[in-house]
Amino acid sequence: MTVRILDAGFDPWALLSDYQRAGAPPEGAYGATAVFVGTMRDFNEDQNVQSLFLEHYPGMTEAWLEKISVAATERWNLLDSLIVHRVGELHPGEPIVLVAVWSAHRKAAFEASRFLMEELKSKAPLWKKEQREDGARWVEHNTPG
Amino acid sequence: MRIEVRFFAGLRERLGVAEREVSVPDDTSIRQLWSLVVPEEPLPDNVLAARNMEYVDLSSIPCDGDEIAFFPPVTGGAG
Repeated sequence: MTVRILDAGFDPWALLSDYQRAGAPPEGAYGATAVFVGTMRDFNEDQNVQSLFLEHYPGMTEAWLEKISVAATERWNLLDSLIVHRVGELHPGEPIVLVAVWSAHRKAAFEASRFLMEELKSKAPLWKKEQREDGARWVEHNTPG
Repeated sequence: MRIEVRFFAGLRERLGVAEREVSVPDDTSIRQLWSLVVPEEPLPDNVLAARNMEYVDLSSIPCDGDEIAFFPPVTGGAG
């Protein structure tokens, strides 16, 4: 079970490949891996977004992501989980979040990855400030899943 | 009791303060703490609060040395 907050750009596919090769998810035990990657769009509410600043609450953000990882592991009997989230300045096309889970069967993997993303979006202390053509503004609420 | 109060995101920018250590009477609730620290501004309806980095109800009463954070609805993730 791993949680990482990164303040620089990352390649989710390379990171995932390295993570799995390093052997944290026990090879031979898992039959299902579900992966979610969230990427920055260049539009929100019909307006162009040029860049994004992601603020977090150092310490609490990690604690919340660890808490939901433990909850998902217990509820779906996961073999491993990985959550990576960006903070700092981002541009359209850059990955914001990576969630991956490993389990024996697909039902647990699909359900647990959905659960982690919804718990992350609704409660993890992270805030987006968008830079648009007409100025900067804090995003007031997340879009429904 | 002494409390470390922190503000994040739009709230931090609007109030112009990121953190402030304050001394308040014992039995001060988190809701009352806001009015003592930010008397000029009513508590926003959608504000969230954390005590020592865990979500907490606004009616709860902190202890000496606690860190209390106020912040707006969260907007992390993507997709």
